[in-house]
Amino acid sequence: MSHLLRSHAPISEASWTLLDQEARERLAPALAARKLVDFSGPQGWAFSATPTGRTTALESPAEGVSARQRRVLPLVEARSDFAVARQELADADRGAPDPDLEALDRAAHQMAVAENVAVFHGWPGSITGISEATPHDRLPLGQAPDDYPRAVAGAAERLLCSGITGPYGLALGRGQYRRVVETAEHGGYPLLDHLGKILEGPIVWAPGVEGGVVLSLRGGDFLFESGQDLSIGYDSHDRDVVRLYLEQSFSFRVVTPEAAVLLAPS
Amino acid sequence: MGFDQYHEPPEELPPAARTFARLCASLTEEAEAIGWYEQRLAVETDPEAIAVMRDAQGEEFKHFSMDLEFLLRRTPAWREIAQGILFRSGDIVEHGEEAEAEALEGDGSGTGGAAGQGSLGIGSLRGSTR
Repeated sequence: MSHLLRSHAPISEASWTLLDQEARERLAPALAARKLVDFSGPQGWAFSATPTGRTTALESPAEGVSARQRRVLPLVEARSDFAVARQELADADRGAPDPDLEALDRAAHQMAVAENVAVFHGWPGSITGISEATPHDRLPLGQAPDDYPRAVAGAAERLLCSGITGPYGLALGRGQYRRVVETAEHGGYPLLDHLGKILEGPIVWAPGVEGGVVLSLRGGDFLFESGQDLSIGYDSHDRDVVRLYLEQSFSFRVVTPEAAVLLAPS
Repeated sequence: MGFDQYHEPPEELPPAARTFARLCASLTEEAEAIGWYEQRLAVETDPEAIAVMRDAQGEEFKHFSMDLEFLLRRTPAWREIAQGILFRSGDIVEHGEEAEAEALEGDGSGTGGAAGQGSLGIGSLRGSTR
């Protein structure tokens, strides 16, 4: 039996399908990191660590024997709890088209934000994020959206100077993304299209990101390894609610710190 | 060029389903090639020809294994059942029955339904901006 214990939940097949679909629809738009970095796996819940290929020298256990210990990157587990009213699920089974799944929606968004923050800004003690690893100075995005092309072009040029080829992608925090989407430049040309031409790659909405991050999409620079991919599990229930959770395990490595430039919010 | 790997109208299938179908078709072709080489090797007597065909069959082993690993990564329930069967000594059928029951969590449906899976199957979103 899977550790998610889904078959123990008082939830019908139809309602499980509804919950899974709702979670997918809420997660996919916000999972910015998965749109920009290399993804491998899922390797399964039992997968505990990503090999790094590195070792640490150990004291010799006996004369004439040298020793080294493998270094690995342990996976982190992320879990976001939520509860669903049993009445809502029963109504959905009857065909109600509008069940209240707000708690699931909130948990999905929180999980997506956590993943974005871990990849782009780091997870203290566990994951070194892209903005922590990059050796490049931060470039100011500027006060006005009209300043953004200069910052993005500067980041792309800095990557080229470091020998990092494109195409490039841009992850933008909520406020910055909204400003880009709503802005047309002097000649009426959408700012989103202008930035896209500079990058030759995607611009993604990245809740949890502060400012923006320009990074190369050539591959091999940023590695996300999934153990258990995002899943819904069962915790407990009473007469009124079913307590569930969203869960995943993953590791993240910055292989080429030079391959990203942080754009600081103004 | 044929599109026989699709059982449903391709234009109605999402990209992930089309990719999955392509790899399933590739897996089938690799398995067929392995079988053909096995038959050829069984009747060939020229040692040099045997060496060439053994090398070629080895390539098909590799291709088949890569296709399979790709499909297992994209299908958690299939992967879970395979983990209970592959590379284990003992009774294959028994392992298969146990693995299936475990993967489906005894929900009695035998359909691999939603309660028995768990992963949302999101994986990589490269190529998506929204």
